[in-house]
Amino acid sequence: MTDAETPYVAGPARRPVDRDALRARIPGWGADLDPADRPSYPREVYDPAATGAHWDLPEAQPELRPRERSVEHARLTPVFGTSAPLHGASGAVRRLAYRRFSEGRAAHWFLLLLGDRVDAVESHVRSLASRRPDDPITETGVLAEARAHGIASRRGRVDVRHQVLDPVVVAGPWVAAVGAGAWAVRTLVRRARR
Amino acid sequence: MRAMTYRGPYKVRVDEKPEPVIEHPNDAVVRVTRAAICGSDLHLYHGMMPDTRVGHTFGHEFVGVVEEVGPSVRNLSVGDRVMVPFNIYCGSCFFCARGLYSNCHNVNPNATAVGGIYGYSHTTGGYDGGQAQYVRVPFADVGPSVVPDWLHPEDALLCTDALATGYFGAQLAEIAEGDVVVVLGAGPVGLFAARSAWLMGAARVIVVDHLEYRLAKAREFAFAETVNFTEVDDVVLHLKKATDWLGADRVIDAVGAEADGNLLQHVTGATLKLQAGSPVALNWAIDAVRKGGTVSVMGAYGPLFTSVKFGDAVNKGLTLRMNQAPVKRQWPRLLEHVRAGYLTPRDIVTHRVPLEDVAEGYHIFSAKLDGCIKPVIVVDED
Repeated sequence: MTDAETPYVAGPARRPVDRDALRARIPGWGADLDPADRPSYPREVYDPAATGAHWDLPEAQPELRPRERSVEHARLTPVFGTSAPLHGASGAVRRLAYRRFSEGRAAHWFLLLLGDRVDAVESHVRSLASRRPDDPITETGVLAEARAHGIASRRGRVDVRHQVLDPVVVAGPWVAAVGAGAWAVRTLVRRARR
Repeated sequence: MRAMTYRGPYKVRVDEKPEPVIEHPNDAVVRVTRAAICGSDLHLYHGMMPDTRVGHTFGHEFVGVVEEVGPSVRNLSVGDRVMVPFNIYCGSCFFCARGLYSNCHNVNPNATAVGGIYGYSHTTGGYDGGQAQYVRVPFADVGPSVVPDWLHPEDALLCTDALATGYFGAQLAEIAEGDVVVVLGAGPVGLFAARSAWLMGAARVIVVDHLEYRLAKAREFAFAETVNFTEVDDVVLHLKKATDWLGADRVIDAVGAEADGNLLQHVTGATLKLQAGSPVALNWAIDAVRKGGTVSVMGAYGPLFTSVKFGDAVNKGLTLRMNQAPVKRQWPRLLEHVRAGYLTPRDIVTHRVPLEDVAEGYHIFSAKLDGCIKPVIVVDED
């Protein structure tokens, strides 16, 4: 049989396998050969006693401040994360996304992404007034380029074509912020001179 | 405490943050010893995941020592060395009761479309992650397990996600004895999926990537044939020819949202975020698998739409299988395989960086510098 015939003829029911050769080459080859004896088979196994849970419904974590939630949830979940609570303009955008749009709506996710960009700008600006302003040199980790062979590591790689866009994504908001600041100062100076 | 914090796309730093406290009777607080950066953390780092907040601590792969337990915790004690699955789950909801631990309904108020994950944005519940000195671990009686004495801490660390996900991906591919299995992506999950495919009886395993150093690892670590897609005109056609014009029986997408190989898809998906990632690998999987075959999707995608070639999947009669791995279901078997030497997880670790250097760790992993495959963050002594 030539290669080109394979899909055009029935062939054997099962491909012949040289088990001994495979076992000699691959540690553990065939250890999980039986599909019914694999840990996630079948996908759903009803066994609530197996999880370690000793409750029917978990006790509710205290909601110490209003917690945003998806409108597809009938209630606040009994347990939730408390990292980085909503605040500022980004908080308003995110609150709108959660309150107004279900997860089925693109607007929900695009608003959340918008909130992320607003959050980054707000936080950068706020950091400038803090004792530890954002430092794009250390925070982007680019100082690793020299130690980690930045040039040699990229030689001949296909992804280098779009990596040139990465600095635009990183530096873009900074350039925009500086531009906006300069424009605002210039406008104020011109008004003052009139 | 010291904790990695997100500062905006491509920017992270180590900040001083308050130590986590018991917020629910079944919480524990764990002192982290080792954490890892996952390929999916890079989606957060690149600003792709909606509701990733400045100040959030990433990290869903970590091991450590129990520091404090809530009043209802029965199965863990202070001082236990624990491995913590990346899933946060209650163990009692409709989904957990059926073994769908990664799809828990009681831990993520922000979305019903995804369960709870440590340090993975508010879209997965808004929990701070383990790239920090301490981390809050909800449902301590359900998720974590005590690390067996014989298990190396870095092997335990890799069981918390990468190994469990790779192995789960091979299971979802429904591999039967004699199958030809293609794995797209030679990162940690792809390498583990390729290695696991042999355990399930594959006769050939072919790994596709564009980074030569990772393909070398696939040959050495996963005993795989390899294809560098930048060296062939058309990777789908190449795979058809390599499989007697039939196509692979099973294809595993271990790439996800930032796939290279198509500049338009990459720029619209990964750079401009106009779709939930670049489905290049998923489309190659659909086209390279044989008719009636199975595509297993382990790559992470965002919650928005992507331009997937669904018509081909329908017309070829494919089975598409996917989920976040329910990690703890895999552990008993994985530990058997690690102990027997069939799986050697820590062989893929290439970089160990102190927590204080986390920004450089992210950059090296993200830009794939210095032969990086898996960076581990050394947080504290075991």
